Amino acid sequence: MTTPKRPSDTINLDTFLEGVWRDNPVFVMLLGMCPVLAVTNTSMNALAMGLATTFVLLASSALVSLLRGFIPKQVRIACYIVIIATFVTIVDYTIQAISLDLYNALGAFIQLIVVNCMILGRAESYASKHRLGKSLINAAGMGVGFTFALLCLGTVRELLGAGSLFGIPVFGEQFEPWVVMILPPGGFFVLGAWLLLFAWIKQRKATKGKQGETVHAT
Amino acid sequence: MQPESLPTIFLNAAIVNNFVLAYFLGICPFLGVSGKLPTASSMGAATTLVMLISSLCAFLINELLVMLDIEFLRLICYIAVIASAVQLVEMSMKKFAPGLFRALGIFLPLITTNCAILGLALFQTFREYSFLQSVFYSLGAGIGFTLAIVLMAGLREKLELSDVPSVSQGAALSLMLAGLLSLSFMGFAGLGG
Repeated sequence: MTTPKRPSDTINLDTFLEGVWRDNPVFVMLLGMCPVLAVTNTSMNALAMGLATTFVLLASSALVSLLRGFIPKQVRIACYIVIIATFVTIVDYTIQAISLDLYNALGAFIQLIVVNCMILGRAESYASKHRLGKSLINAAGMGVGFTFALLCLGTVRELLGAGSLFGIPVFGEQFEPWVVMILPPGGFFVLGAWLLLFAWIKQRKATKGKQGETVHAT
Repeated sequence: MQPESLPTIFLNAAIVNNFVLAYFLGICPFLGVSGKLPTASSMGAATTLVMLISSLCAFLINELLVMLDIEFLRLICYIAVIASAVQLVEMSMKKFAPGLFRALGIFLPLITTNCAILGLALFQTFREYSFLQSVFYSLGAGIGFTLAIVLMAGLREKLELSDVPSVSQGAALSLMLAGLLSLSFMGFAGLGG
């Protein structure tokens, strides 16, 4: 994904990276959980869902940012929802035209991008307050972060549950697939495990930092 | 295809294909509001009410859209209907049950972005349910949601008292718990066909 370059006030790398890592929508803010768990049973579905969401996020952020002077404050949420729903309808019909298999695999979850709290959250808390360029870059970061998180889940679940990656078998004949991983409970378990891993890393970092400080002080 | 009977639809939506634990719809409130038992049960009730209202409206609107041949507007219409239904429930709750209104707080307007409700409206359209079937479907889904969130809240209240490693506290543990709950609900598979 390339970041669009546009002249704006203070755009720095952090505008983009915020969404990718520090405020990752899935792992840190726990937003947009439903598609995260539902369509990540294979890595291909995860990737397609991530890209579709990123597109809607980019397009709606751009439009909300452009219209931010015109939308009255009282009805802003309704306006955002209509804008988002429009782009989701476009994505829905596009995917249907490109690949019917993919469309059937994702099912109603493409249309359910509308109610992904992450997109509405971005529109409300970022795009409605910032200029076009900055909103776009931030949205791109969030989209990349979201896709990354979906892929994290999708690859693990497909590897364990079907023994393949993007449909290509990896482990060979002897591998006994761990079927529960591609079933609903697997989604909860794998996401829980990822969160556990991140919490552990964070805690280790924190204690290390503290130890470093005390050593320094003495 | 043989038309599904009403009890089958109800049972399917409530238990076998539970909206939260099998379809992953409505995870945000499921994780967000399941901290305390009373709040969870009132959230479940409010969601069920909104589900019922919006499912009825969605059914009527879909008839209208099909008649006028403008089905591509379906998504936009549905979301508008749900937003107004939530607004309605919010206003009536503020008038008749102010205590409950304060307890639910921010999560009441967030029912709008509860995927379970839009998902319900979309599923019933895909499956071409009749009016009565839609009513049973939405009731089943609402009760299933309430069941899941109440069970989860009960488990989490117990979990508060147990001694777990500090790393796993919070979201990670809740998700593992949800996984176990989902695993146990899989035992119902095949029930009701």
